[in-house]
Amino acid sequence: MYSSGSYNSPCAACKFLRRKCMAGCIFAPYFPPEEPQKFANVHKIFGASNVTKLLNELLPHQREDAVNSLAYEAEARVRDPVYGCVGAISYLQRQVHRLQKELDAANADLIRRGYDTYNTNNSNSSSGGMVDPLNTMQVPIQPSTAQRQQGLGGGFYQSFGIPYPLPWSNDHHHVNGPEGEGGGGGNM
Amino acid sequence: MSSSATGTSRCAACRNQRRRCPTDCIFSPHFPSTDPERFDAVHRIYGASKVAKMLEEIPPEMRGPAANALHFEAKCRIRDPVYGCVGIISTLNEEIRDTGTELAKLRARVAFLASGAQERQLGQDYTIVDDHWTEQQQIGNVVL
Repeated sequence: MYSSGSYNSPCAACKFLRRKCMAGCIFAPYFPPEEPQKFANVHKIFGASNVTKLLNELLPHQREDAVNSLAYEAEARVRDPVYGCVGAISYLQRQVHRLQKELDAANADLIRRGYDTYNTNNSNSSSGGMVDPLNTMQVPIQPSTAQRQQGLGGGFYQSFGIPYPLPWSNDHHHVNGPEGEGGGGGNM
Repeated sequence: MSSSATGTSRCAACRNQRRRCPTDCIFSPHFPSTDPERFDAVHRIYGASKVAKMLEEIPPEMRGPAANALHFEAKCRIRDPVYGCVGIISTLNEEIRDTGTELAKLRARVAFLASGAQERQLGQDYTIVDDHWTEQQQIGNVVL
């Protein structure tokens, strides 16, 4: 029976690959035997040798996050073989755009009401009205939509836009699963 | 240089793999020779055989979008070897959370202003000064 150098049970990768799990196995810290599906997915999409190559190019303290993100991508692609994680990104992008439009509308409403409040306060000598203690001339909490988009993702996302037609278009011609599927919505 | 049976040049995948490009090459519609970087990226992250296997498992009409998505994810992983495109998902989730919070605050402030405006509007028609209705009646401002 296979065993690791420390006589523990072999890691999920070595079990899957049917090989001896040696001490210092690069997979062992990240693919415990209790999670066989994790390596199965990663192997199906990326292959063991590609994962080894990817991990060897990273510093040891980066490898756990890298393996988890690879596992996330692999699971997303197993669930959605066409779009994988890109389906989730597309869905989340639409959510961001929708929220920003609502924010812009609320900002406009606030400015209008703040202007009305300012005018009413100045023309009404009675002290019966309430006044926003912060500021009678309300200013938007958020910058404009364009300014927010410039700050999105700290530059990485903004400078690397998705150059292809994406699923979940406005006419809802998506193929695989309901919105939010494909492994989307998770936080690393 | 060898060429496919139809005499056209090899696709980027077959060039990369240094082999003949058959007429039914699964890569050629999606990895043209004019864009070698595209196949280089997916080959680097997934490997040619994995890409071929993934494309074979998808209906032909969906292979184009699948190849595009694979290319995008490969580019993300090359650019960010630790998080790949999952980093983008995290960023978007944070953006959604933060924007939702700001929207809720903004709506609360709008509601506050709206309620204040309503009270001020009422105050112009109805002046209530403690129990001194007689005083207000003299002024002529009280409507009970």
